[in-house]
Amino acid sequence: MASEVAKRISAPAAAARVLTGSHFMLGDHACAEGAMAAGLSFFAGYPITPSTEVAEHLASRLPAVGGRFVQMEDELASIAAIIGASAAGARSFTATSGPGFSLMMENIGLAAMMELPVVIVNVQRASPSTGLPTMVGQSDILQARWGSHGDYGIIAYCPASPQECFELTIAAFNAADQYRVPAFILMDEVVGHMAERVVIPEASKIPHVPRKGPRTAPGAGRFLPYAPDADLVPPIAHAGDGYKVHMTGLTHDERGYPLQTAEAHDGLVNRLVDKVRLNAADIVDFEEHLVDDADTIVVAYGCTSRSARSAVDQARAEGLRVGMLRPKTIWPFPEERVRRILGIGKVKRFIVPEINLGQLRREIERLTQLPTLGLNHAGGAMLKPAAILEKIKS
Amino acid sequence: MSTTQEQAAAIIHPFDHLMRADRLPHIMCAGCGIGTVIHGYARAISESGIDPDKHVCVSGIGCSGRAAGYVNVDSYHTTHGRALPFALGIAVHNPELTVTVISGDGDLVAIGGNHFIHAARRNANLNVICINNFNYGMTGGQVGPTTPVGAIGTTAPQGAIEQPFNLPHLAKAAGASFVARWTILHVRQFMDAVLRSMQKNGFCFTEVLSPCPTSFGRRNKLGEGLDEVELYRQRCRIENGAENLEELGIDIVDHEQTITLGNFVDIERPSFLS
Repeated sequence: MASEVAKRISAPAAAARVLTGSHFMLGDHACAEGAMAAGLSFFAGYPITPSTEVAEHLASRLPAVGGRFVQMEDELASIAAIIGASAAGARSFTATSGPGFSLMMENIGLAAMMELPVVIVNVQRASPSTGLPTMVGQSDILQARWGSHGDYGIIAYCPASPQECFELTIAAFNAADQYRVPAFILMDEVVGHMAERVVIPEASKIPHVPRKGPRTAPGAGRFLPYAPDADLVPPIAHAGDGYKVHMTGLTHDERGYPLQTAEAHDGLVNRLVDKVRLNAADIVDFEEHLVDDADTIVVAYGCTSRSARSAVDQARAEGLRVGMLRPKTIWPFPEERVRRILGIGKVKRFIVPEINLGQLRREIERLTQLPTLGLNHAGGAMLKPAAILEKIKS
Repeated sequence: MSTTQEQAAAIIHPFDHLMRADRLPHIMCAGCGIGTVIHGYARAISESGIDPDKHVCVSGIGCSGRAAGYVNVDSYHTTHGRALPFALGIAVHNPELTVTVISGDGDLVAIGGNHFIHAARRNANLNVICINNFNYGMTGGQVGPTTPVGAIGTTAPQGAIEQPFNLPHLAKAAGASFVARWTILHVRQFMDAVLRSMQKNGFCFTEVLSPCPTSFGRRNKLGEGLDEVELYRQRCRIENGAENLEELGIDIVDHEQTITLGNFVDIERPSFLS
């Protein structure tokens, strides 16, 4: 990082970035505070319901600590700007919802291909198209994984409370930098617009995983910007560092130079996928609730997991052996955990309630031959505990 | 090695240090003007005194987009139309860097047109070189936003029917601090315009007319690359500071029409977050 930038961004005390204490806070604001605590230095975005509060919050918070806030002309520009800022060394971020997320897809592929870390929060609303802009949805789950053309790796978190909006946004920044991938926070309108207690620790307790930098000084031997380490992630040099890097969305070699061959392409794309796939054990995060003796497992995430927990507890009170698996990382999906639950040998079926027509259910169906029941609504309202309980009893 | 070869090997081009020599030869066609543009750009970097470690080149997609891959500075070959916002992210995060965007007419004002007017409106601290060859060259000669009415392209076999953009007029109207138009024949003036852009804060725009004999010239009776350069010599007139930019659109295929070149706008206004 260049000296002037370093001075501008590090001059304010860490305390100014980290709002240590106990707060009654909106999920969208908690996400923004997570970004602040994680060391955000550049935000570019475009207003869109129900994510706008993230941008509005950062518009005052970020410049106050020397960061840059830019309202762009559209989401195409927003994603391009945060990738560019990342190339110059920024921890960079944008906030959007379904329609904006769709517009960002091409450049999400560019970030994956250039291996420039960026973080995007998508506060999901009922979709497709304009849908129900102010009402809840969870239907961008598969788009987050597969939305840009081609194969590539990403990491996506799914918070179920304002506290997790804070914590998982920090996790997203760290994972994006550690693996040099786009990282998403897939919130939903209910979690984004819900106010709850958020406890923010001292600045020294905020986890921070820095980017790996070059191990040689500029000019001391050739730096290969795409020569990976054993973890498949190459060290990164930023614009202005003196390494004269070249980055391109074209298939490239370890120098970053275009190399238009099938062999080069296969090797590069496999590495982009494998650096998430093979490091999944270190990335995945989940919560289990009463799974060890359960014959029925409810798999739920985001706002739906709150209804599911209530339904599971009511079912337990009625003597039913029901448990819950709540992925906090939707991608990579905690599939080893599902295999462990299957290995216990007691589970007979899965129930996957979600505010879409069965997107995450496919992951469970892929992992087991056991009956996997969906409880689905296209969007606009939460799934109620009573409906999930009824499904458990069915 | 023969003596001649040894002598040739010993000759180092004065801007060799600004080129990625290990990427040469380049992919451009014979008669293309992009090499001349890169030369003028490299010379401007050299004459500006800017530390090449603190200069960044960003490009989009197309033949012009490949320019970033040949210059030995931090260089980013981004997506179609998005070079400007990508470059804005770099320039705004680290104002110590000077950032040049090299882009084609299709990249900059068709797919990237919205970013163009907004970057100019904001007065983002970017130097923008638009290589205008009046068509989409890399994809084989389709008409684009600068193709003159009547010019032939693969997607307009009877001739283009849409009014083209007049780029200096557009840039000025959108708020650019510096606006120029030159051709690859006018190497010194073009280099000076780019140099001025590097020394100036704010959104600086230089259109440079460049032959595309393979995709545009041969379909539109402009001949080889050199023939089109001769056409520039015959038809161009220079009017620095011209104020009637709205009247200075280009019709390259109308052999009667004059093409006005010059440094048209050079104003001071606050640049964006820099």
